[in-house]
Amino acid sequence: MRAVITVIGKDTVGILAGVSNICVNRKVNIIEVTQSIMQDMFAMIMMVDISGSDVPFTTLSEDLREFGEKSALSVHIMHEDIFNSMHRI
Amino acid sequence: MLNTNDILETIQMIQDENLDIRTITMGISLLDCADSDIDKACDKIYDKVCRYAQNLVKTGEDIETEYGIPIINKRISVTPVAMIAAACPDKNPVKFAHALDRAAKQVGVNFLGGYSALVHKGFGPGDYALIQSIPQALAETDLVCSSVNIGSTKAGINMDAVAKMGQIVRECAELTADNNCFGAAKLVVFCNAPEDNPFMAGAFHGVGEPDCVINVGVSGPGVVRAALAKAPDANITEVADIVKRTAFKITRMGQLVAQEASRRLCVPFGIVDLSLAPTPAVGDSVAHILEEMGLESCGAHGTTACLALLNDAVKKGGVMASSHVGGLSGAFIPVSEDAGMIDAARCGALSITKLEAMTAVCSVGLDMIAIPGDTPAEIISAILADEAAIGMVNSKTTAIRLIPAIGKKPGEEMEFGGLFGSSPIMDVNRYSPAKFISRGGRIPAPLQSLKN
Repeated sequence: MRAVITVIGKDTVGILAGVSNICVNRKVNIIEVTQSIMQDMFAMIMMVDISGSDVPFTTLSEDLREFGEKSALSVHIMHEDIFNSMHRI
Repeated sequence: MLNTNDILETIQMIQDENLDIRTITMGISLLDCADSDIDKACDKIYDKVCRYAQNLVKTGEDIETEYGIPIINKRISVTPVAMIAAACPDKNPVKFAHALDRAAKQVGVNFLGGYSALVHKGFGPGDYALIQSIPQALAETDLVCSSVNIGSTKAGINMDAVAKMGQIVRECAELTADNNCFGAAKLVVFCNAPEDNPFMAGAFHGVGEPDCVINVGVSGPGVVRAALAKAPDANITEVADIVKRTAFKITRMGQLVAQEASRRLCVPFGIVDLSLAPTPAVGDSVAHILEEMGLESCGAHGTTACLALLNDAVKKGGVMASSHVGGLSGAFIPVSEDAGMIDAARCGALSITKLEAMTAVCSVGLDMIAIPGDTPAEIISAILADEAAIGMVNSKTTAIRLIPAIGKKPGEEMEFGGLFGSSPIMDVNRYSPAKFISRGGRIPAPLQSLKN
C-alpha cells in the first residue's frame, strides 16, 4: 500500500535525512518527494510504498511522530486513499 | 503524484479545522433475540451484541491511525427494544437496558442507542411498559440511549404519547438531578424518525434494515466556516457553491471510512449521514458558519434563511460524494454542544421561539436545550407537539431533546461536560396548554397536496 508522509514546520538542517532514515530502517520505499518553502514554513510531501515494511503501520506512524516532536515539526503519515477520495472524482 | 495543495488542504482541515468522522455506528437487529423468558432474551441480546461488535472499536482505531482521520465515536444501534419486550409483557423492560449497557461496556463503544419505541399511531404490546421504564433505565445505565417516535407525516401525531412523553422527559431529569439531569440528554423524542441514523441519542436499528449494518456520520462545521472565511465578499450564490464543494469533500472522507470499516468488519455498508455536527470546541460551530455568512449573532433575523441555505447546500454537496446517503443529513443545531449557539443564548440573541423556527429548515430539531427545572410536564408535551407538527407537515425529521434543569432558573447555567457542552437555561412560554394536552387522541395525518 502507498502512503503520504507530510512534514510541515520551520526549515532546519536534516529534515529530509531524518525522515528518509526512518524509512530506510523500516524498509519503506520512497517513491517521490516534493518540497517547497511557503513564507518561512517548510512543507515536504513524500509518497512512499510501505508494502515491504517489516513493522505494522502504527509503529511507523509512531516513529515519525516522535521524530516530529523532537524536531518541532508536524509529521504525519496517511494512507494515500484519503487524498484520492477527497480530491478526485 | 497528488497535488501538493490538495494534500496540504486535507491536512489543514484535519489539524486546524476539526474535520473528523463523528461516528461509526454498527446497527444490529435484535429481532431474533425475543423470548418469553426475559432473562433468556437478555442473554441472547448480550451475546449477539458482543459477538457482532467485538472488533468494532479496534477496527475504528486502526482506520483512524492508517488514514490519519480522527474517528471520535464508535457506537451501536439496536432494534427498538419495545419490539423485543413485547414477547415478555409482564416483566420490567429495564432488564434489557442493563443487558445492553453491559454489552456496550464489554465491547468498549461510547454509546448504544435503541431503548426505543415507535408509537406514532398507537401503543403496541411492549411499547407502554418500555416508555414507562425509560427514566429508570437511563438513570441506572451509563451508555444506553433512548428514543420514542410520536408522529409521522403518514400517521399524524399520537397525542396520548405526546402527553406521556412530557412526563417522561421530566422524570428522566428528576431521577438524574444529582448528575446534571443527564438522563434527559440521553432521550430523544422524534417525529418521522429515520431508521438508519448513526447519531446519538436518537439512533436505533429500524425493522427494514438488514441483520447488521455499518453507518457512518461525518462532521466538519469548522471546515465549512473556514472555507467561507476565505471568501468574505462572495454573494449568496457563491456562498452556497462553497458550502456544496466543502460538503462534497467532507462526505468523500466519510464514504471512504464507511467502505473501509464495512470491508474490514465484513458487515454491509448502510449509509453515510452527511451532517454538520458541532462540538463545544472553538472552531467547530454551526452557529459560527451562520455568522460567517453575515449575521452579527446566531438568532438574529435572517438566521432561518442562512440555515435553510446551509442545510440544503450540505445535502446537495454530500449526495454526489456518497453511494448511499441517509440518517439525518444536514446541519444540527444543538444549543449546548455548539460554542456559537451557547454564546448567542447567553447574550439573549437566541430564544426557544427562534430555535423552533430554525428547526423547520435544519436537519433535526430542538436539541440539547436546558429549560427551567419547574417547567410543568404539559408545557414540555406542548413543545413536543409543536415540534412534531413542524416535522409532520414539512415531511421532515424533527427531534426534541430538552433537559429540564431541576432546581435551576432561567439565566443560570447547566454544565454537562465533554461533547455535551454547557448551556444557559432558556425560558419557556408559561401560558398553560394543559387542557389541549389532556385531551389525548391523534392529530390526523396532513394532506399531501394543495401545498401552500
